[in-house]
Amino acid sequence: MAKKTTRKTSRTPASSTPGKPRSTDKATIANLERLGSTVAKVSVSGKDPIVDVPTRTLSNTSFNKRKRTLEMGDATQQRELFNLNQAKKFMQTMLLASGTKELVEAGKTTSLRGMYYKCLHTIAGTKEKTLGDQSESDAVLEDLEVMLGSLREELHLFAKKAGTMVGNITVIDSGDEIDCRRMGSGGYAIPSIVEPDILQFKKCDAKFVLHVEKNTVWSRFNEDKFWQKHNCILTEGGGQPPRGVRRLLRRLHDELKLPVYCLLDCDPWGHYIYSVIKQGSINLAFESERMAVPDAKFLGIRALDYDRCELTDDVQIALNDRDTSRAKQIAAYPWFAQNKPWQMEIAKMLKNGFKMEVESLITKDISYVTEVYVPERLRERDWLD
Amino acid sequence: MTEQATLLDSPRMAKREPKPPGRTKSPRAGATAESMAEKQREISVSEFFAKNRHLLGFDNPRKALLTAVKEAVDNALDACEEANILPDILVELRALPEAGEDRFLVIVQDNGPGIVRRQIENIFGKLLYGSKFHRLKMSRGQQGIGISAAGMYGLITTGKPVRIISKTSPKKPAHEVVLKMDTSKNRADVVSETEHPEDDALFPDGRGTRIEIELVGKYLKGDRSVDQYIQLSAIANPHARFTYISPPTSALPEGEKTVFERGVDELPEPTEEIKPHPHGIELGTLIGMLERTTESQLGGFFANEFCRLTPKVGRDVAEQAKLTTRSWVKNIGHAEAEKLYKALQEAKVMAPPTNCLSPIGVRTMIKGLEQGLAPDFIAVSSRPPAVYRGRPFIIEAGVAFGGNLPAEDSAKVFRFANRVPLQYQQSACSSFKSVAETNWKSYGLQQPRGALPVGPLVVMIHMASVWVPFTSESKEAIADYDEIRKEMKLALMDCGRKLGTYLRKRAKMRRAGERRDIFRRYIGEVAKACEALSGADAKQVYEALLATAKTKTIESDQVLDEEGKVVAVKGGGDDETVYIRELDDDDSQPVEEAAATKKRPNTASGDSLFGEDDDASEIESPDTKPRRKAKKKVAKKKVVRKKKGG
Repeated sequence: MAKKTTRKTSRTPASSTPGKPRSTDKATIANLERLGSTVAKVSVSGKDPIVDVPTRTLSNTSFNKRKRTLEMGDATQQRELFNLNQAKKFMQTMLLASGTKELVEAGKTTSLRGMYYKCLHTIAGTKEKTLGDQSESDAVLEDLEVMLGSLREELHLFAKKAGTMVGNITVIDSGDEIDCRRMGSGGYAIPSIVEPDILQFKKCDAKFVLHVEKNTVWSRFNEDKFWQKHNCILTEGGGQPPRGVRRLLRRLHDELKLPVYCLLDCDPWGHYIYSVIKQGSINLAFESERMAVPDAKFLGIRALDYDRCELTDDVQIALNDRDTSRAKQIAAYPWFAQNKPWQMEIAKMLKNGFKMEVESLITKDISYVTEVYVPERLRERDWLD
Repeated sequence: MTEQATLLDSPRMAKREPKPPGRTKSPRAGATAESMAEKQREISVSEFFAKNRHLLGFDNPRKALLTAVKEAVDNALDACEEANILPDILVELRALPEAGEDRFLVIVQDNGPGIVRRQIENIFGKLLYGSKFHRLKMSRGQQGIGISAAGMYGLITTGKPVRIISKTSPKKPAHEVVLKMDTSKNRADVVSETEHPEDDALFPDGRGTRIEIELVGKYLKGDRSVDQYIQLSAIANPHARFTYISPPTSALPEGEKTVFERGVDELPEPTEEIKPHPHGIELGTLIGMLERTTESQLGGFFANEFCRLTPKVGRDVAEQAKLTTRSWVKNIGHAEAEKLYKALQEAKVMAPPTNCLSPIGVRTMIKGLEQGLAPDFIAVSSRPPAVYRGRPFIIEAGVAFGGNLPAEDSAKVFRFANRVPLQYQQSACSSFKSVAETNWKSYGLQQPRGALPVGPLVVMIHMASVWVPFTSESKEAIADYDEIRKEMKLALMDCGRKLGTYLRKRAKMRRAGERRDIFRRYIGEVAKACEALSGADAKQVYEALLATAKTKTIESDQVLDEEGKVVAVKGGGDDETVYIRELDDDDSQPVEEAAATKKRPNTASGDSLFGEDDDASEIESPDTKPRRKAKKKVAKKKVVRKKKGG
């Protein structure tokens, strides 16, 4: 898919309906107002202005065994204006909050990058800019989401698109009917916001969803018309899937009852992508309730595929120290720790001493993965859960 | 000058019987005792030093120039102090290009008591002649070699005699004596002798001595220069006024006149002369004392020739040596003397009295460093008296930091012995070693292993003693006695601690300043955001936050004095400065405001000591411990977090 930077995206879901307030806007504005008035009141009384930001780390994340998703705990971090390390972040928090309020009040939507530019200016009397690069504002906006308890779309923000879909389904995106069977070689770009008020499912014949890690593999499946032959939906998330893709998978699974299968690399990175799709991410644990797909299955690549598929030495990519420690870290996550097959899978990979990408199957045959590997796994119901 | 007419037995060296020279050639066949005896004759001490002038500090022309000035100034200061006169010293180096490129006329003049006519030849013409060698009293000169050696050096290198003009009383005319040293006889020949009433104008105080020596020398600036010597002398002797006229250089064809005004108007405490301490003598000294004493009985000998030897201890010592206090001194033979010596060493005797010492003093040292260097910070420490080999001594140390001192170089060590600057053989000196051995890193300075610390720092060490143990006759380095080194290190550590506190305080102030800058930068944005979010008055929020920021970074408004104490707090942004007097019980030397601003007027030339480096950038304090912040829960505020979706 063509890389579209959000800056250029003029046609966004919400911008098609400018000025139309969302149902949640009132509450969002009230929250933002409360933030401003509290800081102002504390400041005027001569005390230190402090905001509490929920902690987004593993230590503040717990695994809900019943729901099989990650949940964020109650721990918060104080962000102080009069603390050398936090002063700038405090200022950015307030700045972006006021920017967001303006956006919501105007009933407009913008990208994360748009928001970055909206709040970017040189601080009066200095040469310093309010924001360094976009990653700074992105992080603060995530903080704002959890602080205010508002989702990103409730703040009228969206991320850049990074996800593609094709398959036996017709959707309505902002009023436009899109037949995902007729998307050519590029596929349907999954938008950042896929809530029911933007995206509705119209007609679905597919029986399952196959999510692959990245675009190159997805193109192979699309070219081989895998989704036609096997009657499925084919999605791709460009590595770690963005929230739009995860939310879409969740909706396909929940509303259309489609099982979700993942085809990811055999490395810690691939394992964590699976973990995020299944349980939610640590960073955005507060959103896993509406994003996680606890029933998602891991088809491959498996550590045993090197022998099973009789691959050659050429496909081996040696594990480096970081990979090894990351693999051990993942194995220790509470949601993996009790999972015996997964413990064996990671142990096997560590024992192999190398990782493998999905593309390594091309060494067998260009279409081995679509014609043999995935059909076989599905037929034999051979996957990790 | 001070050398008084106390004719004592000269040391053995000058009087010894003819004996074979040190380096005897192995007698060849034919040489008989008689033929050899013809060649054997007494060596005059002046002859000895004429050949070995490096022992006295006349190794090369540059050092010779310095040594000549130094010996003359030391004598002048000693004389003035002994006569209770605030010294006013003139030093002039006059180049004599017509006589040769390296010819100089050294002129040193004081306002001291003058010298009576009949002593002039002895003092300036005879080596090892003086008042200071035989007594245990703190003074700059010790051996009675210096000034006559300078005259001798002048004579050897230029053939010109020494000219001395002295005036002992306003009523008497000044007399001029021109002396030529006869090295083989260790005495001076008077070339001419005239009364010079017209020279009275030279001595406005009605008294004084002026000495002029022509010699071969070399004038250079920088380390170990005469300039540096005068500057250091001014630091260690703030009670003296120095006028220094340097020889012309290419930059200054007229020469340069520098005046170092007095920093204090009080003379150092006069010192007492003390008798030898029983623990400070050696067997030979004891035997010599027994031979020389006018006492007839041992008890009297103990009581009058030693200090701290009480009658009771004396009785015990005598008993120990199988003698009594009534034993006749002249009957004590070598064996008895040896026993007596042993008994003396074993006896428990009080430490020697310390009223013989005159330390520079904490306040005077601060004055000296302040006027000489104008640093940002001064710490000084004066140790209580201690004893080495039965000789009392006091160590004083000071550090000056910041100001115009060069930040990139190693620290300078200013060494003084009885207020005399020591400029040569630094690395052989006990004081230098103690500076290098002190761990300056723990006081916030950089320090390469086993070397001097780096930074805009001057370390001053002064040893005051009745007898400073120099490593050589030229008095360049203090010998390395454990007791001395220990005292030096303790004094340095004391100064170092004060410096460390100051540096930390300064680093804290700097950090507070940086923090305030950062806070100030963001406060405006926060205030605007508050207004946009909740309609609060941005101006009101801004001003409230700014006030909070100021109180949080109050340290950056502090004004420190030279001793690192907070003397004032600047009003934020305005010119008003609120002075606060800190009552600090630990420190007994509060500095008056006047002292903080008073500058010695003519220190410009002194800067040549450190080159032209004006960069006084600070040393980064290594203690980058995260500042413990007082977490205030008062302002804690909860933002209600709602779970959405799901």
